[in-house]
Amino acid sequence: MTDEIVLQAKGITKRFPGVLANDRVDFDLCKGEIHALLGENGAGKTTLMNILYGLYRPDAGEIWVNGRQVTLHSPRDSIRLGIGMVHQHFMLVPVFTVTENIMLGAETLHREMGGMPVTGWQRWWQTIQLDVLDRQGVAKKIAELSHQYGLDVDPDAMVGDLPVGIQQRVEIVKALYRQANILILDEPTAVLTPQEAEELFRIMNQLRERGVSIIFITHKLKEVMAVADRITVMRAGRVVGTVTPQATDEAQLASMMVGRNVILTVEKKPTQAGEEVLRVEGLRIRDARGLEAVRGVSFSIRAGEILGIAGVQGNGQTELVEALTGLRLPHAGRILIAGRELEDLSPRAILEAGTAHIPEDRQRHGLVLPYAVADNLVLCTYYQPPFGVRSVLQPKAIDSYAGRLIQDFDIRTPSAYVAASKLSGGNQQKVVVARELSRPIRLLIANQPTRGLDVGSIEYIHREIVAMRDQGIAVLLVSAELDEIMALADRIAVMYRGQIVAEVDAQSARREQIGLWMAGVHD
Amino acid sequence: MDWRRFGFIALIIAILFSVMVLIGRVQTSPIVIVTSMMATTIAVATPLTLGALSGIFCERAGVVNIGIEGMMLAAAFFGWLASIYLNHVYKFAPLPSLIGGVVAAVLTGGLFALLHALLSVTFKVDQIIGGTVINILAVGITGFLNRQLFFEEGSIFGGDVPHAPGTLPRIAIPILADFPVVGRIFDQQPITFAAILLVMVTHFVLFYTRWGLRTRAVGEHPRAADTVGISVERVRYMNVVIGGLMAGLGGAYFTLESVSSFEPLMTNGRGFISLAAMIFGNWTPFGAWAAALIFGAAQALQINMQFFREVIPPQLAILQISYVVGLAPYILTMIILTGIVGKTVPPAADGQPYEK
Amino acid sequence: MQLDNESRGMFWRSVLSAVRAALRAMLIPLLAVFTAMLTGGVVIALAGGNPIAAYVGLFQGAFGSARALSETAVWSTPYIFAGLAVSLTFRGGLFNIGAEGQLAFGAVAAAWVGYALPEVLGLSLPPIVHLPLAIGAGIVVGAIWAAIPGALKAYTGGHEVINTIMMNYISLNLVSYLLNGPMKDPDPLNVIARTPLIDESARIPPIVEPLRIHWGFPLAFLIACLVWWLLWRTTLGFEIRTVGTNIEAARYAGIRVKRILVLTMALSGALAGLAGAIEVTGLNYRHELGFSIGYGFDAIAIALLGKTHPLGVVLAALLFGAMRNGATRMQFLTQIPVDIISVIQGLILLFVAADRIVRYLYRIRVAEERVVLTRGWGG
Repeated sequence: MTDEIVLQAKGITKRFPGVLANDRVDFDLCKGEIHALLGENGAGKTTLMNILYGLYRPDAGEIWVNGRQVTLHSPRDSIRLGIGMVHQHFMLVPVFTVTENIMLGAETLHREMGGMPVTGWQRWWQTIQLDVLDRQGVAKKIAELSHQYGLDVDPDAMVGDLPVGIQQRVEIVKALYRQANILILDEPTAVLTPQEAEELFRIMNQLRERGVSIIFITHKLKEVMAVADRITVMRAGRVVGTVTPQATDEAQLASMMVGRNVILTVEKKPTQAGEEVLRVEGLRIRDARGLEAVRGVSFSIRAGEILGIAGVQGNGQTELVEALTGLRLPHAGRILIAGRELEDLSPRAILEAGTAHIPEDRQRHGLVLPYAVADNLVLCTYYQPPFGVRSVLQPKAIDSYAGRLIQDFDIRTPSAYVAASKLSGGNQQKVVVARELSRPIRLLIANQPTRGLDVGSIEYIHREIVAMRDQGIAVLLVSAELDEIMALADRIAVMYRGQIVAEVDAQSARREQIGLWMAGVHD
Repeated sequence: MDWRRFGFIALIIAILFSVMVLIGRVQTSPIVIVTSMMATTIAVATPLTLGALSGIFCERAGVVNIGIEGMMLAAAFFGWLASIYLNHVYKFAPLPSLIGGVVAAVLTGGLFALLHALLSVTFKVDQIIGGTVINILAVGITGFLNRQLFFEEGSIFGGDVPHAPGTLPRIAIPILADFPVVGRIFDQQPITFAAILLVMVTHFVLFYTRWGLRTRAVGEHPRAADTVGISVERVRYMNVVIGGLMAGLGGAYFTLESVSSFEPLMTNGRGFISLAAMIFGNWTPFGAWAAALIFGAAQALQINMQFFREVIPPQLAILQISYVVGLAPYILTMIILTGIVGKTVPPAADGQPYEK
Repeated sequence: MQLDNESRGMFWRSVLSAVRAALRAMLIPLLAVFTAMLTGGVVIALAGGNPIAAYVGLFQGAFGSARALSETAVWSTPYIFAGLAVSLTFRGGLFNIGAEGQLAFGAVAAAWVGYALPEVLGLSLPPIVHLPLAIGAGIVVGAIWAAIPGALKAYTGGHEVINTIMMNYISLNLVSYLLNGPMKDPDPLNVIARTPLIDESARIPPIVEPLRIHWGFPLAFLIACLVWWLLWRTTLGFEIRTVGTNIEAARYAGIRVKRILVLTMALSGALAGLAGAIEVTGLNYRHELGFSIGYGFDAIAIALLGKTHPLGVVLAALLFGAMRNGATRMQFLTQIPVDIISVIQGLILLFVAADRIVRYLYRIRVAEERVVLTRGWGG
């Protein structure tokens, strides 16, 4: 890392309706450094990077690249200045090949790079965009490039078929193809196993050696301590401070992120497990494309215990949860609740058998955002007395129920009749949690329950889940955040490629071992 | 194009042709019937092909367009109107008047498409409602002007519909059209040839050029296109307008090539059937063309039945057959949409307004 | 229980705020209508007519006499039913463009019951039986006709927009066949495609002779209230609205989505069939081919103008009824073709859908939620 500053943001301010996302932010990046941008969800990190990449225009402030002030009107400008970005949700077209994805927007760049002249005729076709695509030429260039940086990808593969780790590589090659020497990575390890994350860090170091400067956004403290040269912490749109890993520790970083002292673990009494509540035998489930996503899964959960399913997303967890909540029919296997096999596997039957479900996408699946908070709170029970009597809704009963729940769960909302869309992410999740946990239940299925939430909400949800377990409810916790699983679960099962490859007691589990299992390594 | 779909298309066309042969073989030889049916099929499939191409351009860029029917109707009217003006008021000869009419029709389609793009891309109106607006406006404007300009007392033509300058002349492809019986297939009117040509051009543009790559990217994952510096709005506007030009050409078929007069609502659902052809063809030009040919064959059957009115056995009373055959395109469309003949996958971002 | 002064004050305050909310909701639609009529006037002027005279004639024809008012009510009646039909599907996340076909089929069914059933049964039916049967036939047939594309959508994913349009054309052809063939009026003086007159016992009585306004008009208001009650006070209505707002969340919450989709379409078709049946039994006393051409698109515009709410739909239907009625007089007085009304209605729909235009023109800053009513073909 040198002292030469390649990218600098001065006093960046950005306002969105109702929220000040960036408040006079200063940030700089030195040549050849890996600079981590740390903060919890909603701190403004992605907004700042989107501004530096030209996707948003700042309301105030300056951007300096290589010592010169610039205005970025669109990503085209930042690409031209050598800035590349790999977004958290990949910007890849699934039905295109790797080559097509990389050449999109820069279709003839390989010609200029190869020093080949462009004839007048060709230039005319180019202007009306009817020039023929040179897939083979670009593929060759990609093969060269990927080999050069140790990021091997198959140019002719269809991106939608590639595993997530490889897709990420494609995104990086895409930036390098455009001769980026400043690379922004937004939460790159969110979709990787611990081993794949290690691999990514190795690539990042390699890039750094070749003079690429990297900004790396994350909310994971361990990574930041392991790989960054400098760490900038953001909170509620402001920069709290910039430190080096040597001069700080996880606890200090956590308190900078949240603004108060944070307890990093959850208090948990030892489990007092009771009768078996859920038993799953030999489940086989096909995904939306007809491929087998769950290949013979069996496990059981007893009352008063939390079974955590660890694993990177895409190994069948989604389909498993869908089957357990009635949204997808398994084509083999049995599901038994409280010892009785379920005949009717529709969502309503499973609900009525005493199952609560906190879905992984609260805005699309958990809530009807335009509906009032009160209506969302009776979304599953509107047809039962006292809310629905002989097919007629009872507004008074719904109103009093809503009032009670809002109080009990401390949901911050101006009234029960405000649209759920107006609530913050944490409060929206509280509505879902309130609704699900206030019914008489024996089984709670929580799928990524704290994704995208601020630390305060995460603490709250964790407390509720443990409280449920202490009341004798069986809990199935599915999460891609290994820390969450390790903190909450009594038993841990690891899913890989549709099968449970290991099942251990949480007490005796080691993080590294689980990571190996998540990556499919058997011992 | 998978085998199931190809088989279905071939089967239906074979059935339709066979029915015709069975009915007509009393009077004419089967070969003559088949070639005559083929010639008619290709001709009447023209507006469906052009409508489907229009849909493909719009939807590949992510904009649903159910206003093709209205665009065709408006284009049919204004093209016809222009040809009459040129012929009677400016005293052009018939052929130049007709060509001017075609130009006017194409531009009309483009203009209505511009409105649709404005509503869908800039105002982010629900795209199906936007298409419905186009349809309602087209019906209203053409009905209104048709009556106002031709049938009212004080109108420009004084209550008399003048003779239109006829229809576009047939063009016979030099060597191919000289074949004894089969030759008539290659003797078609210009818009029909243009449609076939445009199928090939569209296929090339969509899958082999920069334009096509960017258009398809915008239709599948507009944000990805945005992050590499492509203007999603511009791509959508241009493709929708091109779609409108295609639909305009399709409309010109009705009043400048098929018949030489305008009837209110004369498009009769052809614009909507084009959408079915597009869906069935999985948003590809050749696929859509094949589907258009099925519908064309059904219509050709209905047309040719008229000629064999006398020889139809009395059991199949002509009224019933004609109605049943007339229903065939609509029922076929519904069958196709159930997906029983193969799954269809639209562009991933089809119908969703793009928010930055 | 005595209302003290404070409760009374609260009561009036809440009435006032409800009225204010209603007015605020009506602002954009009213301005849209106004702007559309302005633009329509420009079109008329460009085509050589006199817009002022046209609109005066329109107004006269719609409201200028007892007979005019009666005719406006008569025109509005089917519009209310059809508008309710379309708005119901919008609330359910569907787009029923097939109201026209469902209406036509309902009319045919009602007509058949009206003139043929007594013969077939060999009895004469008293009005208290015959009339409800005729109307019931219309409702059932309309419901079935709409349930078909509904089922296709729910169980095969076939998009209801194209399927209902196809059903329209099928119904058009079938009705044409029936009215030119087996159901044709055998009267030797008759040349057009229409059914015979329905029996006296199957007719809705008029309210005030000799005006044509009949009891179907107040019935329409009653049905509108029923639809409101269904959507906002019953569990079925809750399910319909939830499926229409977020179909995935509805599934996750246990609602039987497929069943609701079919039911929503069936209810919508029932309302459209009812529209046709009322027209036959209350107004024309027969089914004449083509009497309902354009009602389908009109219903869409009415549903959107009325913001898919039963109250709004009633008001919008009255407006459209007034315009259609007044147009005949307008054409009589000024020679401007009635088709201009279609243009105006298209423009109304345009300005309602793209309300940003209206808001920009009149500098309104009301922050309204944009309604995305349908999804792409993916369904």
